[in-house]
Amino acid sequence: MLPRAENSLAGTTLRLLSCPVCGQTTRHDGARTLACPCCGTSLAVRKPDSLSRAWAWLVAATLCYIPANVLPIMETRTLFGRQDNTILSGVVYLWLDGSWPLALVVFIASILVPLLKILCLSFLMLSVHFRWRWAPLQRTRLYRLLEAVGPWSMLDIYVVALLVALVQWQSLAMIQAGPGALAFAAVVVLTMLSAHAFDPRLIWDAAEEDRA
Amino acid sequence: MGDIEKVPALVVCHDCDLVQRRGKPSRGERAQCARCGAVLQRGPGMSLQARAALVLTGLVVFVLANVFPLVVMSAQGARTATTLVGAALALWRQGMAPVAFLVIATAWFVPLAELLVLGYLLFPPLWRRAPPGFERILRVLHYLHPWGMAEVFLMGVLVALVKLAHLADVVIGQGLWAFCVLILLLALNASQFDSEGLWACCRALKTA
Repeated sequence: MLPRAENSLAGTTLRLLSCPVCGQTTRHDGARTLACPCCGTSLAVRKPDSLSRAWAWLVAATLCYIPANVLPIMETRTLFGRQDNTILSGVVYLWLDGSWPLALVVFIASILVPLLKILCLSFLMLSVHFRWRWAPLQRTRLYRLLEAVGPWSMLDIYVVALLVALVQWQSLAMIQAGPGALAFAAVVVLTMLSAHAFDPRLIWDAAEEDRA
Repeated sequence: MGDIEKVPALVVCHDCDLVQRRGKPSRGERAQCARCGAVLQRGPGMSLQARAALVLTGLVVFVLANVFPLVVMSAQGARTATTLVGAALALWRQGMAPVAFLVIATAWFVPLAELLVLGYLLFPPLWRRAPPGFERILRVLHYLHPWGMAEVFLMGVLVALVKLAHLADVVIGQGLWAFCVLILLLALNASQFDSEGLWACCRALKTA
């Protein structure tokens, strides 16, 4: 670990801010937002209303998570009848089919990732809300991981899109997208928006304030 | 505006807010935050020409991946094939417009827009010209990038192939091979993308 003296070198206390687009570092007058003097990008000392916005997106995502898993994401109609497929039944089908590596991928991408994302984001936001000082480095890494895996939840949506386009033999077999797909797509987008709204620098602010 | 001044010698970490001295990473190196490990700066990568060539190749392969079918399937004499846009259109026709829009936006529009925007930024400097409005364009790229999910779509094609293998004869279309190459090119482009360096380059050309 670094010497503790490093910790007081925070951008907020020194009123310094780097632009993510052009890289220029600016000393500002303590305003909450400013335009980068080099490229004009609007910069915020901290993302505005980071916690409230992130919570709002996350609550919406959690609400959509339930219909996303309960409602069918697609309906298969064949000569022999109609079958509803949920996300979980898709995983089970792949597993029984013997393609367990793919079953695992779909399980992780479609069930585990959205759930863990909701739980981990709540955990991060609670930790900021209660100003925990514990393990800021690990929490920052967790946040970066969440941002990286976010898009992978779209997997099932793409699978449904392809199956819907390919299996269209009017009388023999038809696949239709179900209402679950809509809810699931919403979960993916809403959790990504929540992660974008969260500002990881808030994790480090608690330790800073203690010192000041 | 008060006392706003540029401080080029320092860099502030975007993840943990630690102020550090700006380093000078050499070719292929990255400067990471001393406290949280976030990547703060990238050293010079491939030459401008090489990167422009990558973008151009990416655009050509993008066209191939969208013109040829990804998957061809036949059962009982009926034959169906689809491309990415075809899959989204099928969703649209079933009244799933928001989902269709999301598929098109993340797997088709964002990767294409990224390639076009990168091309717009990389080609004029080859002729010692600054692309007009590059500040705004770079900003667009910054907001666009997190929504590109072409690699997830490729995984989706593989899962769909396995699911369909039992229903009918499934043949991998030429489009899928093109899509595989496209993923590699997009990853290479992303790894070579240096917002700061591009900005400095365009800026220097504009003032010159």
